[in-house]
Amino acid sequence: MSKKVENVGCPYCGVCCDDLVVTVSDDGKKILEVENACAIGNQIFHHATGGERVRLPRLRQPDGTYKDISYDEAIDYAANVLYKAKKPLIYGFGSTNCEGMAAAAKVAEKAGAVLDNCASICHGSSFLAIFDNGYPSCTLGETKNRADVIVYWGANPAHAHPRHMSRYSIFPRGFFTGKGHKSRKIIVVDPRHTDTAQVADIYLQVQQGHDYELFDAFRAVVRGHEIPDVVAGIRREQIVEVADILKKARFGTIFYGMGLCHSDGRNHNVDIAISLTRDLNDFTKWTIMAMRGHYNITGPGAVWSWQYGYPYCLDLTKRDIAHMNPGETSSIDLAMRDEVDAFINIGTDAGAHFPIDAVKHLRKHPWITIDPNICMASEISDLHIPVGIVGVEVPGIVYRMDNVPIQYRKVIDPPEGVISDEEVFERIHKRLCELEAEEVAKEPVKAAPEGVRVGE
Amino acid sequence: MSELLIKNGFVFDPLQGIKGDRMDIGIKDGKIVETSALENPKTIDAAGMTVMAGGVDIHSHVVGPKVNVGRLFRPEDKLFKSPHKSPTCSRMEMGSSVPSTFKTGYDYARMGYVFVNEAAMPPLHSPHVHEEIRDTPIIDNAAMPVFGNNWFTLEYLKNNEIENNAAYTAWLLQATRGFGIKVVNPGGSEAWGWGLNCVHIHDPVPYFDITPARIITGLIETNEHLGLPHSMHLHCNNLGNPGNYTDTLESLRLAEGYTPKNNFGREQVMHVTHLQFHAYGGDSWGNVESRSKDIMDYVNAHDNITVDMGQVTLDETTTMTADGPFEHHLRALNNLKWANVDVELETAAGVVPYIYSPKVKVCTIQWAVGLELALFSKDLMRTFITTDHPNAGPFTRYPQVITWLMSRAARDETMKTFKWLDRTIESTSIDSIDRELDLYEIAQMTRAGPAKALGISDMYGGLAPGMDADIAVYPLNPEDMPSDPAAIEKAFSRCAWLVKDGIVTVRDGEVVSEPAKRTIWVDVKVPENAQVQRDIYEHFLRHYSVKLDNYSLFEEHLHNPRVIEVNAAQ
Repeated sequence: MSKKVENVGCPYCGVCCDDLVVTVSDDGKKILEVENACAIGNQIFHHATGGERVRLPRLRQPDGTYKDISYDEAIDYAANVLYKAKKPLIYGFGSTNCEGMAAAAKVAEKAGAVLDNCASICHGSSFLAIFDNGYPSCTLGETKNRADVIVYWGANPAHAHPRHMSRYSIFPRGFFTGKGHKSRKIIVVDPRHTDTAQVADIYLQVQQGHDYELFDAFRAVVRGHEIPDVVAGIRREQIVEVADILKKARFGTIFYGMGLCHSDGRNHNVDIAISLTRDLNDFTKWTIMAMRGHYNITGPGAVWSWQYGYPYCLDLTKRDIAHMNPGETSSIDLAMRDEVDAFINIGTDAGAHFPIDAVKHLRKHPWITIDPNICMASEISDLHIPVGIVGVEVPGIVYRMDNVPIQYRKVIDPPEGVISDEEVFERIHKRLCELEAEEVAKEPVKAAPEGVRVGE
Repeated sequence: MSELLIKNGFVFDPLQGIKGDRMDIGIKDGKIVETSALENPKTIDAAGMTVMAGGVDIHSHVVGPKVNVGRLFRPEDKLFKSPHKSPTCSRMEMGSSVPSTFKTGYDYARMGYVFVNEAAMPPLHSPHVHEEIRDTPIIDNAAMPVFGNNWFTLEYLKNNEIENNAAYTAWLLQATRGFGIKVVNPGGSEAWGWGLNCVHIHDPVPYFDITPARIITGLIETNEHLGLPHSMHLHCNNLGNPGNYTDTLESLRLAEGYTPKNNFGREQVMHVTHLQFHAYGGDSWGNVESRSKDIMDYVNAHDNITVDMGQVTLDETTTMTADGPFEHHLRALNNLKWANVDVELETAAGVVPYIYSPKVKVCTIQWAVGLELALFSKDLMRTFITTDHPNAGPFTRYPQVITWLMSRAARDETMKTFKWLDRTIESTSIDSIDRELDLYEIAQMTRAGPAKALGISDMYGGLAPGMDADIAVYPLNPEDMPSDPAAIEKAFSRCAWLVKDGIVTVRDGEVVSEPAKRTIWVDVKVPENAQVQRDIYEHFLRHYSVKLDNYSLFEEHLHNPRVIEVNAAQ
């Protein structure tokens, strides 16, 4: 008999659907069917048991080929790389659980590494705006239950977050929104007429790179000021009409994507979007939310904030105090300046996402990839450590785009012998402590005070 | 396991009525024992020092989503304000007004505290709260889920269905591994879903059509129906506004006629938190004045109420509360950055940085109001020290608060820095109060009292045999108290010794070990209730954005639990 696992969380995007039903074969080894997931989520589950998986760590040989090694050897290699490096970088984490992130932070602190996540090349500019201006937001269920006006700005959930509109924003019938789609006004702002724009009641084709001006115009109108005939390619009458809708909403949410935080203006675009939200709260209720990409890219921002007070770009190289200064301590900038002398790519694919010059610099030094799958990073690494797929083979907590923690389940066992991200980092940490102790034994320093390092 | 003997200290234990007697305290297997039960103990020489039970904090925001927003969006709270890592601690310590989890644990331990009650847990976010509890070393934590704006609660109480509300409450405590009933701006945070508020306790909640007054009494009834260790824990409506003391008095009066029913030694039915924010007269910021006397006269005369101070410490800090509309209001006052998180069906939250400056009249009046509350109190077993961390100031300033309470000279010293000293004196009573509290009273306010009010005084807050061996030794000689108030502050900042669960954890003010900490939660047995089960099922089917089966905390995310069982099934 095949077995159905219900209420499964999906390890694809920041929507974090937790209503998947996964059918597993009799022997618990094969995933047969995935219900409720979008096409992409579906593929992630089927991929887990659909083909060959890497089952052992692979170490690059002098002739350029990979050779299988044991986890112990891989852990030892990784720990030694970190131990010897002056400024290692541990980057990624969009696709792993919070337990893995916490364990990685322990390693980074011990090794004196720079710790960074994919926000660095994604919603990092949103963080900059949040540092300056705050973040009036809500959980997605609030939007579902209350919102009568929805704005998507520079985001295309129809492709990037396939179930966002049906679960939370446009279509669902909530407590105060019993008529679903019919009770809501949908406004889409994008230079491209995207598939999301197809479902909009009002589509504003903002001139590319002129988002800031359009926000400015909305703020001016909302505050009762005059604006020019055309702003950012939009006619005044339409801006006034939309501003009126925003002001008269009962509850509204602005969902914004990379179109805002990575087009000209970047953090300033997000900043003024937050300011508009603040302004609107003088009239009615408005909220704003970043369309975070991967299912747990919100996670490292949460975990490292409670551990160090910074969500990304953490420079722990001083070992006794953490430091964050995006531009100085951000992954791409460090790599472009060739400041990093060892690199761990975990739960992402820096090989595919980083500029080629950054990759070239990083590649001069040891490069370790920790990932369940073969990806561009794994193929140019010195060491590839395979791990179980979070949400499929490894349970754990992930943070949805609205910062709500979702408890993910395990559907099947990982391939035999394959361990989790968390275990990899815990073992690297243990090995680092051993290396440190060996060093101390060689050259005795003053004895540590009584009771120190319980549990290490 | 190891044995310890704390010898010759001056012991202050209000739970046993011990007032500075020279005594020895025996410790065996993590518990306090008669000294005769020890065979071969290690000895700690506490001669000339003050010995108290480990501190108990009844109200502090230390873990959870809004605390973490405060950390995330204030990098300036770390820059040049974080200490360098102590070589005797295992992790870095970052932040000041909203410290990292590690710093939180270490700093509480250094001050001799062992138990901290997280003041507001949004139920939907309970896995987050428990993740942070895992990463908060040494101190034991409990967390109170918020009920005052919860749709289930509003519906049940509107229909006077106390039993159903009790069954739901028991379920939610179980689902979130929560400790008790927290109420924040009852009704107001739900109204905030529409950008509105319930300023007075008779303003009906939009749509739900129930008044904050009824939410408060209904939750008192629910709490006593269940017989929980702690009472209903209230953050009143109309926080922080001039003239709000009348609303506060009205809220306090709601407790009249209710008596506690529980097996935990608790004697109050209502704990009113951060009372300082609720004791203002006047009708504008221009003429705001202290009304602490009126408030404390009422509290002194009614022993079914406990309160904590919420003392303003005159620091730059980060305000954060489930009182969403208040934070929106505050953002308009100081125009700093504002974060907000409305939580579906349950609550809201806001976060705004704030600078309490000795140069600002309102801030110095607030400072006086907080101290007056304690100094007017006739029963310090019912009046507790808090700063509503981090709202009125960070918890790391408790030693300063203690010093202000113990020393008129310390108060005068601080008042000298006030720009509007005359106006402050005019608007408050602080200058006419000479009272100085003693160490016994401080022990009442910081361990015995809060432990009793939380219903955990069989484990925490005292030094009787059988209780947890949580003991703080402060380098203060009660027979030779320092004339310099700064010395008192220093002694309470860094205890000489902290023993936690029988393990030496702090020595000479430095953390020397990190014993396993616990999560305390309350498991209530109630009769099966099909209606409530159906209501839960329906709301999760239609209105929550997560599945019911993913909402309750998974067992693996609960860390080192200590469960308090309550049987309300008879």
